[in-house]
Amino acid sequence: MPSLRDYRDRITSVKSTKKITSAMKMVAASKLRRAQGQAEAAQPYALAMAGMLTRLSANVVVNAASPKLLAGTGSDQRHLIIVVTSDRGLCGGFNSNSVKCARNKINELKRAGKDVSIVCVGRKGYDLLSREFPKDIIHSFKGVFGKKGVEYAQAHKIAQYVLDRLDDNEFDICSLVYNSFHSVMVQEPSCVQLIPFQEALIEGLSEEIDKEVERAVKSPYSFEPSEEEILAKLLPRNLGIQIFRAMLDSSAGEQAARMTAMDNATRNAGDMIGDLTLKYNRARQASITKELIEIISGAEAV
Amino acid sequence: MSKVMNFELVSPEAKLVSEPMYQVEIPGDDGAFGVMAGHCSILSSLRAGVVTLHKEEGSSDNRRIFINGGFADVSAENCTILAEEAIDVADLSKESLEQYLTDLNEDLGIAEEIHDKKHIEDNIALTKAKLAAVAI
Repeated sequence: MPSLRDYRDRITSVKSTKKITSAMKMVAASKLRRAQGQAEAAQPYALAMAGMLTRLSANVVVNAASPKLLAGTGSDQRHLIIVVTSDRGLCGGFNSNSVKCARNKINELKRAGKDVSIVCVGRKGYDLLSREFPKDIIHSFKGVFGKKGVEYAQAHKIAQYVLDRLDDNEFDICSLVYNSFHSVMVQEPSCVQLIPFQEALIEGLSEEIDKEVERAVKSPYSFEPSEEEILAKLLPRNLGIQIFRAMLDSSAGEQAARMTAMDNATRNAGDMIGDLTLKYNRARQASITKELIEIISGAEAV
Repeated sequence: MSKVMNFELVSPEAKLVSEPMYQVEIPGDDGAFGVMAGHCSILSSLRAGVVTLHKEEGSSDNRRIFINGGFADVSAENCTILAEEAIDVADLSKESLEQYLTDLNEDLGIAEEIHDKKHIEDNIALTKAKLAAVAI
């Protein structure tokens, strides 16, 4: 049976853990607010770009001469999968969810006899996937979620890397797996195809796009230099934006997941302290009773 | 017709400028062009260069903003510029840009991979464009 001292030590240690988790919850809450603000600030650019893309793609016919980003390479043998996770742990099932989604996708593709290569964004995704697919990971970006939140420059770097690989003709289809942020309680892993570009996949913007299309029909646009040339310039930037949006979503989701996880942890610690205190008091009472009995029986013996 | 249009300069991270403008000069890929209210609808890609904002007719203290290329979406009442990087020309310093250019040229000498070279060359072109903007 543990001694009184053991109980006391346990209680102190759980109490300090509780302090840490509740502080982490506060920090995550304020970071979440910032991340959401950032995601909101990024909205106008993404909207404007999506609007332009819809207007352009309505005017451009896809043919063999179209940029690879739009038309693809004509094959679907080699897949590149970008997995976005967080850099830090202690956020519940957040990372394992997106990794699980990626793993399913990879296994499915492999069963179908396709070649898969993986690019990890965020340290945790690399840690989890490198055990299972050590040979398939061709690159990993770590520490991309800076202290000040997600920076566009990081997304640009990743997009540049992907474009370089496309230039080298190293893959045919590129998809992105990340946790999309629905609410503080719900982050859902989702998988979107980036290359070749698919219009329908600009999530959550469809209504705005309808408006854009309406506007475009109303007023005839002229394009300078030409539709094709603008499209060729727009698509690589759009790739960066898609990655940026995924990273923003993921970083908001990470903080939300951490907040929920730490809230649970704090509550569990509270329960545990109550439990331990009860046991401690019982043990204390037992030792007092034992001492009294010893004194009384000692006195009787005399 | 109103004499001003809604002008917006948007970067991926934030809306940088959003106010009514009298006239805006935009560095289009096919040559610079000026936009005023009532301009015909046009979608243009932009090269790295300076966007000049005229708040009122004939105003002299015009704001000049350097952008590293992007896109302009112009209609009769609206003018939206998308740029990945935008910085006030007044905030650019000639000395540090020149220093950066020398560094880049050194890097170009060392770089081996073809993609790295291309990125450094892009960067050099961009820095030269910035220098040109400062010189005016």
